Amino acid sequence: MVLIMADELVKIDHMTKKYDENTIIEDLSLTIHEGEVVVIVGPSGCGKSTLLRCINGLEPIQGGSITFRGESIDGKSKHINEIRQRIGMVFQSYELFPHKTILQNITLAPIMVQKRKKGEVEKEAEELLSRVGLLEKKDSFPRQLSGGQKQRVAIVRALCMHPEVLLFDEVTAALDPEMVREVLEVLLSLAEQGRTMVIVTHEMSFAKAVADRVVFLDHGEIVEEGRPVDFFEHPKTERAQKFLNTFTYDKVEKAK
Amino acid sequence: MRDLGIDVLFKGSNMLRLLEGLWVSMRISLISVVISMVLGLLVGALMTRKSKVVKWFTRIYLEIVRVMPQMVLLFIVFFGTTRVFGWNIEAEKAAIIVFSFWGTAEMADLVRGALISIPVHQYESAAALGMTELQTYVHVIIPQTLRRLIPLSINLVTRMIKTTSLVMLIGVVEVLKVGQQIIEANRTSSPNAAFGVYATVFLLYFIACWPISMLSRYLERKWC
Repeated sequence: MVLIMADELVKIDHMTKKYDENTIIEDLSLTIHEGEVVVIVGPSGCGKSTLLRCINGLEPIQGGSITFRGESIDGKSKHINEIRQRIGMVFQSYELFPHKTILQNITLAPIMVQKRKKGEVEKEAEELLSRVGLLEKKDSFPRQLSGGQKQRVAIVRALCMHPEVLLFDEVTAALDPEMVREVLEVLLSLAEQGRTMVIVTHEMSFAKAVADRVVFLDHGEIVEEGRPVDFFEHPKTERAQKFLNTFTYDKVEKAK
Repeated sequence: MRDLGIDVLFKGSNMLRLLEGLWVSMRISLISVVISMVLGLLVGALMTRKSKVVKWFTRIYLEIVRVMPQMVLLFIVFFGTTRVFGWNIEAEKAAIIVFSFWGTAEMADLVRGALISIPVHQYESAAALGMTELQTYVHVIIPQTLRRLIPLSINLVTRMIKTTSLVMLIGVVEVLKVGQQIIEANRTSSPNAAFGVYATVFLLYFIACWPISMLSRYLERKWC
């Protein structure tokens, strides 16, 4: 595959994130280009989710900078809501609004925040729902859906805002194994459409399939990054090798 | 069968007097309920603030209301203040003050509980959609809080209505007091009046509280 490095969309520059005295991410730099799918992997607690939350201004940072098309991302600034409209985020626990129907969940922000016409938004929401196979659920409430269905709705809800980049924070981690696939297939089809995505995941075979670039994070720093074939087949660093080994099991040798 | 003492209700205007008494009870409780709901929402929202001073004050307030029997509060406000401060508060006003003081604390605690039970992710997912803080509260947080709150607060309303029977102890002539008066007045002519009158009072309270209770059950089913 030929990678055409288009415009820089998100630029993280020497960023540091601390919780009180604990440094979660130290001096991290990463650039996401338009049309690129970046998958972030790493052991639990390595700071992957925190990094994603920083990109959306949900976490304040203590050093360096994060910019989106040159505009600074700062959770406290007045423009943050305008920037967030252009950055879609899907969470591990879906977080649909329980008191609204599926259709209302999707159309709320486009109507309230972007002031778009109700009819037009609903039409688009229905189209997107039918693409993920959930059109008949549009008048249901979130509690009537399975985890995988809720997560697909959450993805549609993010898409309906026409974001320029999508952030996925371990979107299958809370799902039963048989539901993981239906969600990941939605992500794969989004990648095929050429959308810019940053995906945090523990699903290694999926990461391999979807990523243009894999970033391996450990103890809050980028240990290794590269094309998925290189990273998964020939990890350069020992830490990455050790991490990837945790996903394979040796055949049990029974004592004779 | 023995005389159930129901006949006294049809003597003179006894039934009408009982209903008037019920109206006094309802008036005290409804005014207190309205005051408690409004103040409770405000105090409850205050209780979720991080300020230590506010937390401390609301905590003390809540503890006082929790440990103090309502009757003691009624006596303090009605009898106590007359001598010490020279205030001459009408019995009905004293009752409203006490019930609002009590109801506000309970309501505030319910509001606080409902507010903090909304997961932080709900705020975040609204924020991630570009919603402002105000939009998040209006469209996401407050509707969910109200849904959790309504069944609980209706429960409080019925408790407040029931507890107004205490106000006869500071001389308010409400439904229970009227009942006693009727029984006293007819002691010789209908000695069994106690049964008929109190049963009627029971029925009146039931008629007042039951629909409210049903409404709460309906809302709970519909929303939870």
